[in-house]
Amino acid sequence: MDTLYKTDVLRLAAQATGAGKLADATKSITVDNPLCGDRVTFDVKMGADGKIAAVGHTVKGCVLCQASASVIGANAKGENAASLGAIRESLKAMLKQGAPAPAGAWATLATFTPVSGHKSRHECLLLPFEAVIQASSD
Amino acid sequence: MKVPSQMSFDVEAIRAQFPILRTLVHGRVPLHYLDNAATAQVPEAVLDAVRAHDELRRANVKRGVHALAEAATDAYANARTKVAQYVNAREDREVIFTSGTTGAINLVAHAFGATLKAGDEIVLSGLEHHSNLVPWQLLRERTGVKLRFLGVTEEGRIDTGDLEELVSERCKLISVTHVSNVTGAITDVAAVVRAARTVGARVLLDGAQRASHGPVDVQALGVDFYALSSHKMFGPSGVGALWGRAEILAALPPFLGGGEMIRTVTLEKSTWADIPARFEAGTPPITQAVGMGAAVDWLAQVDAAAAAAHTGHLADRILHGLRAIGGGNRRARVIGPQTMERRFPVIAFAVDGAHPHDICQILDSHGVALRGGHHCAQPFHESRGLAGTTRASLALYNNAADVDAFLSGLDDALSKLT
Repeated sequence: MDTLYKTDVLRLAAQATGAGKLADATKSITVDNPLCGDRVTFDVKMGADGKIAAVGHTVKGCVLCQASASVIGANAKGENAASLGAIRESLKAMLKQGAPAPAGAWATLATFTPVSGHKSRHECLLLPFEAVIQASSD
Repeated sequence: MKVPSQMSFDVEAIRAQFPILRTLVHGRVPLHYLDNAATAQVPEAVLDAVRAHDELRRANVKRGVHALAEAATDAYANARTKVAQYVNAREDREVIFTSGTTGAINLVAHAFGATLKAGDEIVLSGLEHHSNLVPWQLLRERTGVKLRFLGVTEEGRIDTGDLEELVSERCKLISVTHVSNVTGAITDVAAVVRAARTVGARVLLDGAQRASHGPVDVQALGVDFYALSSHKMFGPSGVGALWGRAEILAALPPFLGGGEMIRTVTLEKSTWADIPARFEAGTPPITQAVGMGAAVDWLAQVDAAAAAAHTGHLADRILHGLRAIGGGNRRARVIGPQTMERRFPVIAFAVDGAHPHDICQILDSHGVALRGGHHCAQPFHESRGLAGTTRASLALYNNAADVDAFLSGLDDALSKLT
């Protein structure tokens, strides 16, 4: 149980990579978790190539939600809504079906493997993805 | 609830009646169940009554003439009598079985609401559970009634000082919680009733948090409707009750239509049964109601004053413990009255830098069951600038070990999170 709060997760949350408002955002989206009241805002600046140029996030949520937003903040540049959607599906599969974590830059998501046994916390990790995907959609 | 001196109360004898309290959480740590404001556990007497009903008397109620149908009908009627006695109703027919407190309030919002018109006013408060807010917002959309809100004091109580300003001749109903599910504060019901009577308005009390702490006297309270839930009173889920004054209920139109709630039905029109059947369309939650009857039987034989003294002392320890944990960036703030004066043992708190869900998750590893979030009281939390709080809520079976586990687990959680 305490593995949810192992150092790696706490470190990701504390790093808060990409935290803060993005002054020149193309789009800003706020999503809420109605069950717990958590709120995540993602500001996204899209490049001319249709890919994310920069993100900023504001998280009013738990450690898991903060850590998830931090992973996105570190890796979202160069992605788009479709590719982020695929990563979200990989994260879901990892949490719900025990699938391996995504490879490459997003391999950090493996840190969240212990969350798979706690269904009530899956949404904590997925909420930031919902925000950034909406913010990077047309 | 003022804390009297600790009286003799055999909590271990009480605990022995709750099988679930003997289970190990995650197969390794004792359960310390402090989520009673959400759902209380069930004693053997209730488990036995539910099983016995389905083993020996299971049948649909009313109309059937066979032996099982008659036995089930008797059991259902007896359950109504027990609930009526528990709330000190004048007559059994003043008790309507519902799906719970939410169902009871929705019933009033529809049936009583049907008698209101645009411009009529309903007074609520900023401390309400969503179940005593959303049904009225929906009524406002249907009819154009106006909702007005009593404020909440800094201490976390409904501010009855607002009554004079908010309760006008247009007010038809004041609907407020009896005990807050967040702050534990007891509402000054007498002030609410006085204000309502000056303008001829009705009063509904949400008794979900109060009813598990001993018998309720609706006549002494002087209210018109009282809503309660079985699952918070050591009974089954899926059932609750609305108590209403007979003369008021008898004058209201039905809420749901269907079997059992009619007198006659033709293709052109129907006429309605008398209360309580008018408000119990379809097959009711029979077994659950029998279980609720067993639960109030069980509750009624407990020394409520001794139980209140017991839980009051435990809650006092939690309040003191939360203050002791304070310091630096680990300060815990109780969101509600800071002492046990005029409050029940429902204690919500916030810690800067520690999210309620993270606290609850770590406490769970200690076997401590808490609840984190807005507790279906989002407007109140937002008014305090909080997304959520962590809540510990006590029942009469909680003991000193539960409090010890809570405080040491919280210390562990805060050392990890802050």
